[in-house]
Amino acid sequence: MSEKQRTTMVPYPSHAIVPERDVHKKPVLEARHLGVEFGGLKAVDDFNLIIGATEIAGLIGPNGAGKTTIFNLITKVYQPTMGTILVDGRDTAGLNTIQVNRLGIARTFQNIRLFDKLSVEDNVKIGLHNQMRYGAATGVLRLPGYWKQEKKMHEKALDLLSIFDMQDLADHEAGSLPYGAQRRLEIVRALATNPKLLLLDEPAAGMNPAETAELMENIVKIRDTFQIAIMLIEHDMKLVMGICEGIAVLNYGRIIAKGTPSEIQNNPTVVEAYLGKKKEG
Amino acid sequence: MKKKNNKTFISNLITYAMVIIAFVVISIMQEQKLLSYSAKQLLVPVCVWIVMAVSLNLTVGISGELSLGHAGFMCVGAFVGAVLTIITKKTIDNEALRLIIAMVVGGVAAGLTGVIVGVPVLRLRGDYLAIVTLAFGEIIRNVLNLVYVGMDQETGALAFGFNNPNLPGKLIVNGPQGVQGITRISTFTMGFVLIIFALIVVLNMTNSRAGRAMMALRDNRIAAESVGISATKYKLMAFVTSAVLAGMAGALYAMNYSTVTGAKFKFDTSILVLVFVVLGGIGNIRGSIIAATVLTILPEMLREFSDYRMLIYAIVLIMVMLATNSPAFKQWLDIAKEKITGLFAKKKEKGDTANE
Repeated sequence: MSEKQRTTMVPYPSHAIVPERDVHKKPVLEARHLGVEFGGLKAVDDFNLIIGATEIAGLIGPNGAGKTTIFNLITKVYQPTMGTILVDGRDTAGLNTIQVNRLGIARTFQNIRLFDKLSVEDNVKIGLHNQMRYGAATGVLRLPGYWKQEKKMHEKALDLLSIFDMQDLADHEAGSLPYGAQRRLEIVRALATNPKLLLLDEPAAGMNPAETAELMENIVKIRDTFQIAIMLIEHDMKLVMGICEGIAVLNYGRIIAKGTPSEIQNNPTVVEAYLGKKKEG
Repeated sequence: MKKKNNKTFISNLITYAMVIIAFVVISIMQEQKLLSYSAKQLLVPVCVWIVMAVSLNLTVGISGELSLGHAGFMCVGAFVGAVLTIITKKTIDNEALRLIIAMVVGGVAAGLTGVIVGVPVLRLRGDYLAIVTLAFGEIIRNVLNLVYVGMDQETGALAFGFNNPNLPGKLIVNGPQGVQGITRISTFTMGFVLIIFALIVVLNMTNSRAGRAMMALRDNRIAAESVGISATKYKLMAFVTSAVLAGMAGALYAMNYSTVTGAKFKFDTSILVLVFVVLGGIGNIRGSIIAATVLTILPEMLREFSDYRMLIYAIVLIMVMLATNSPAFKQWLDIAKEKITGLFAKKKEKGDTANE
């Protein structure tokens, strides 16, 4: 994506905008009046967002604004106390993390959560868990199904690792990888679950500018190859403004602005949230 | 695929080879009458404790849940298996077959107990789980202490009583006095077969979809759930599998004696098995086998020192723990490992280039 191919953002029925190409498709995620309270404290309040089927969306905001909480609500790590979340048009009320994952939501974590003691390949294979179709007994008895599926999944795992050119690291212990590689492995593991929406929590944290630039290219590449939507939380504005098509700005658990990168950059409320209010006079 | 699986494959192969070689050597020694009476008495118990350690390692090491009630499942297997061999004594002549049936049924009974205990208990984590499994282990044992079974010598009709010893026929399960009149049909060969069975189950499970899910849940539950792995399902699977194996070991153990009582499966038995697992290395199956063997034989060998026996045992335990936890020892072990694997690697490299 050397040349910026800006998409036109068009208003989606009611209160949101999605990329023009997604307007006739079902949005992958729709949050309506979403909110959660922790003992009277409203961590997220009246959160409304629609993400198009192949949109790259950004969620930004100052520290403690509730960005990760939103991810935790979407993935049902926390159960929302208010509002509804629709994934691909289906209501997720009452579902748990595992069921939401099967509906097509995968995520990475701000503080990396890999299976440290397992190999890189096993980490990806764990992501492929629900695509493998053999039972525990087949595994113990080593029936033909085991060998066939394991072989297929081994190839699939290497394929996925090759997105980030990591196939040579397949045998390494995940915990021994350098920080940037661990972040990339988390993305691969999430992708392995065959998601429709990929949630990336600060994917560029701890990466140097060169790595970040590469990551930006790869995020777009992932979207293009898999035709999925990606929503990311990020503090690196170059990344957010560079690849996100729609951006939502969060402060104190509420959306204070929504729009395209250029709209957000020129929004006085956003500037105020980030830099503070200009003193009068 | 070859390359990646090689490491675990070779490691598993060493484990199997170790067990098979030990079995062959001891069998030959037995044939040549080189074993003392007391050594022969130890053969079956060693097999039993190896299976116990391997099975507990599935729960503690692979699934990552601390269970302190493992002896409870062993107790269920022992009682059910022992009663079954007494009942089937007249109908099934073949002792080996009778023992296998007893182990299978004992294992299934322990597995069912595992489901009943596991469903509520696995909702807890860490210390709470340890405490509750400890309590369940004791509950199982104490409930079995109240069971009475009478068998009519002629017809073979059974009568069950709970906390009521006044039953027709001869009592085969006599409450706190346990199961009486067991024929001692456990053999070292059967112990070996059970070890191999336990190894196949645990090692194959670990290196499959289910085992990966268990290890994922152990390493990071939130991440595992985020990729769609059900914690309840796989934690229960590990727990129940481990209970089944413990039940089978219990049946083998019971059939090595003429009576078996609940008092043999107290809390300290669970701790003993946990000690095998911890000393052998949590998650390290081969280590469990070695630790179980050494720590079963050691107290017997120390018998000459009579009074100082437990003291020496304790000192050895402490020394092993200090050694395995000391960085200097680990470093030394790593260097030794590197040298050994270095030899292999050179050969392998040659082989690799030859292939290309």
